[in-house]
Amino acid sequence: MTAKPHRRALRAVAVAAVGAFVMAGCASDDGGPAQLTWYINPDAGGQAELAQQCSEASGGEYNIQTSLLPRDAASQREQLARRLAAGDSTMDIMSLDPPFIPELAEPGFLAMPPSDLVDETTGDTLEGAAAGAQWNDEYVTIPFWANTQLLFYRKSVAEAAGLDMSQPVTWQEIMDAAESQDKYLGVQGIQGESMTVWVNGLVESAGGSIIEGDAASVDTLEVNLDSDAGRKAAEIVGGIGEKGLGGPGISSQDENAAMGQFQGDKGSFMVNWPFIYSATAASVEEGSVDQSVLDDIGWTTWPRVDEDTESAPPLGGINLGVGADSEHQEEAWDAIKCIVSPENQAQYMVTNGNPASSAAAYEDADVQEAFPMYGTIRDSLDISAPRPQTPYYSEVSSGIQQNWTPIYEVNEDTPAASDEFIMSVLKGESLL
Amino acid sequence: MSTVAEQSPTRRGNKENKAPISDRTRAERRLGWMLAGPAFLVMLLVTMYPIVQALWDSMFNYRLTAPGDRSFVFLQNYMTVLSDGVFWSALAVTLLITVVTVAIELVLGFALALVMNSVIKTFRGVVRTAILVPYGIITVVSAFAWFYAFDINTGYVNNWFGWLPGIGSDFNWFGQQWSALFVIMASEIWKTTPFISLLLLAGLAQVPGELNEAAKVDGAGWWQRMYKVTLPSMKAAIMVAVVFRALDAFRIFDNVFIMTNGQYGTETLSLLAYRTSITRLEIGLGSAVSVILFLCVLLIAFTAIKVFKVDLAGGKG
Repeated sequence: MTAKPHRRALRAVAVAAVGAFVMAGCASDDGGPAQLTWYINPDAGGQAELAQQCSEASGGEYNIQTSLLPRDAASQREQLARRLAAGDSTMDIMSLDPPFIPELAEPGFLAMPPSDLVDETTGDTLEGAAAGAQWNDEYVTIPFWANTQLLFYRKSVAEAAGLDMSQPVTWQEIMDAAESQDKYLGVQGIQGESMTVWVNGLVESAGGSIIEGDAASVDTLEVNLDSDAGRKAAEIVGGIGEKGLGGPGISSQDENAAMGQFQGDKGSFMVNWPFIYSATAASVEEGSVDQSVLDDIGWTTWPRVDEDTESAPPLGGINLGVGADSEHQEEAWDAIKCIVSPENQAQYMVTNGNPASSAAAYEDADVQEAFPMYGTIRDSLDISAPRPQTPYYSEVSSGIQQNWTPIYEVNEDTPAASDEFIMSVLKGESLL
Repeated sequence: MSTVAEQSPTRRGNKENKAPISDRTRAERRLGWMLAGPAFLVMLLVTMYPIVQALWDSMFNYRLTAPGDRSFVFLQNYMTVLSDGVFWSALAVTLLITVVTVAIELVLGFALALVMNSVIKTFRGVVRTAILVPYGIITVVSAFAWFYAFDINTGYVNNWFGWLPGIGSDFNWFGQQWSALFVIMASEIWKTTPFISLLLLAGLAQVPGELNEAAKVDGAGWWQRMYKVTLPSMKAAIMVAVVFRALDAFRIFDNVFIMTNGQYGTETLSLLAYRTSITRLEIGLGSAVSVILFLCVLLIAFTAIKVFKVDLAGGKG
C-alpha cells in the first residue's frame, strides 16, 4: 500500500527537521566556531556586549552566547551549584560571586585555569580582588570586576559635627556625629547577605577573622566570632541598634533602602557600594533628587574599628570560572582572557558602573571622569578583605544573619551564641 | 432528603442482583483502560517517583556540593528535624496561618457567596467578576503588591492609617513577628477568599428553595432559616471548601518568601524545606523536612475524610 501524499510530505518535513537539528548540533565539531555559553549575573548589558566583542575578535575560534542568572547572588549560587553537580556540559564560562567560589572549587566542579593565563591576567590585579578569586592559595577563577564598600557622607553633616573627613574616621566617631546631629546612619540591618558583609568588615577591620583553622572541612573549621574582634563588632552593631541610629526601618534596610534614607533629610554617613553615586546622579537627572544632595556627598575609605588599625573594607565583585564538565575549556579560557583585559574592564566600569579588578583600568581617562572617587575605590580594593572562604559559606552567612538581626538585640553575648549555633548547624545537629 | 433515602436501597439492590457483563461492556471497559491507562501510568510515575526519591534521600547525609561525603544515616535526619526548635516554630507559624486564614476566609467567603447568590440578575455577572479578581492574580504578584503597600520605605499604609494607635510613619510592619504575620495573613485572605466563596456559592445553589419557603411559611426568621435550613444543607460544600483551603494554606510559601523570607519568626514549613534543600543544598535534611510536610498534609486530608466524613468526589459530607 502506498502512503498518501500528505503523509509523504509530513515524513519529508520530519526527516528534514531531524537532519537540520543534527547538523546544528555538530556545527562546532565540523570546524565552525565553538559555541560557548556564559552564565552572567544581571547587569546593564555590559557582559552581553563584551561577549559579542570577544566573539568577533576571536576570528571564528568561538562564539559566546550569554545566559542570564537570577537577580540575587544566593539564587545565582543555587542555580550554578545544581547545574555543576548535575554535570551540565554547557557551563563554559560562569560569572561567580567570590564568597561562593570555595564551595564550587572544593568538590572539583571548577576547571583549573592554565598557569600562563593566570600570569597574564592577574599581574596587576588589586590585592583584595586577587584574594577573592582563590581557594587554597591557588587561582581557581580569573578576577573580572571587583567591588568594595566606601564610606559616603553628607559634607554638611560632617562639617556641622566637626569631623575632619580628610583623615580616617572610626565607627565611634560617625556614630557620635550622627547622634549629635540627630541624623541616621546608613547601614544594612536586614536579615540578608548585607548583614554578613557588615559583620565581616567589622571583624576583619578589628584584626580578626570569622573562620579559623582548615576551612575545607567541618571537622577542622572553627567559627571565631567570640573573640576580641567579634565582640568589638557586636558592640558597634548593637550600639547602633540600641540608639536607633539606623532609623526606624533598620530591620528591613538593605543597600537600596539605605541609599534612599541617605538621600533624605536624615542622611549623614553611609557604608555602601559605589553604585549609589551613579544611582543618585541618575535620580538627579530624573528630577527625583535635588542637585544639592549630589553636591553634598563626599566619600572616603570604610570607617576604622580601632583608631590606629587600617580598616578592611568589604569585597564583592565577579570572577570568571569554567565548569569542569565544559566541552570547550580551551576556548573558554581564551574567551576569558579577552573579557578581562584592562581595556574591557575599563569599558565595563564606565558603561555598567562596576569597578575594575585591574589597577591599569583605573588609569583610563573615561573611568576617571565617570568615577570621581576612582582613587578611593582602587585604594579600598587594595586593603579589602573577602568574606569567610569556606565551602560552608552559605551556612556561616545565614547563621550570622539570624543571630545578628534585629540589630537592636545584638549584645555582648551575640558572638558566642553565633559560634555555638553555626557550629551546631555545620555538624548537622541543628536546622538553620 | 426523601429522594436520597429512596435511592439508596435501589442502588444496593442493583449491586446484589448484578447482571452478567456483556461482551460490549467488557470491550468498552478495555477501551477505557487503554485510553486512560497511559495517562494514569504517567501520572503515577510523576507523582510517585519524587516522593519515593525524597524518602530515599531523607535517609542520607547528603550535601549536593559534597557528593563524596554522602553516607547512610537512616532516621538521623528526622531526629535532627524533630528535636529542633526551628522546626516546631515553623510548624506553629504554619498552623497559626492555616487556622486563622481558613476561619476568616470561611466567614468572609460565605458572606460574599450570599451576596453573589442574592444580587439581582442584571448585576450578577459584574459582582461575581469583581469578587473573583483577587483570585485571578498570581500569588507572587499579589505578594509584591502587599509588600510594597506596607513597606516602610515605599508603602502608603502607614500614611493612611496613621490615625490608629501604634501606627505611624516610623512603623516597620516587617520588623517583628506579629505585624509581619498580620500582613502575610491579610494578603492570603484577600487572595483566596474568592476561591472559598466560589465553592460555597455552588453549595448555596444546591439548597432546595422549597425548604426555605416552607420554613418561612412556618414563621422562621432570617437567622433561623440560615441556621436550621441553609447551613445544614450546605455542610458538604463547607467541608470541601475547608479541606481544600486548609491543605492549600498549610503549604503557604509565596507570600512569606516575598515579604519576609522567613525572618523574625515568620518561617513556615514549606519555606524551611526550601531553604534546607535548595538554599543550603542539604538534600538529605531537606528531604526529611519535605517528607514530614507531606505527612502533615496527608494527616489533614485523612482526618477530614475519615473523621469529618468529607466525600471529596461526591461533595457529600
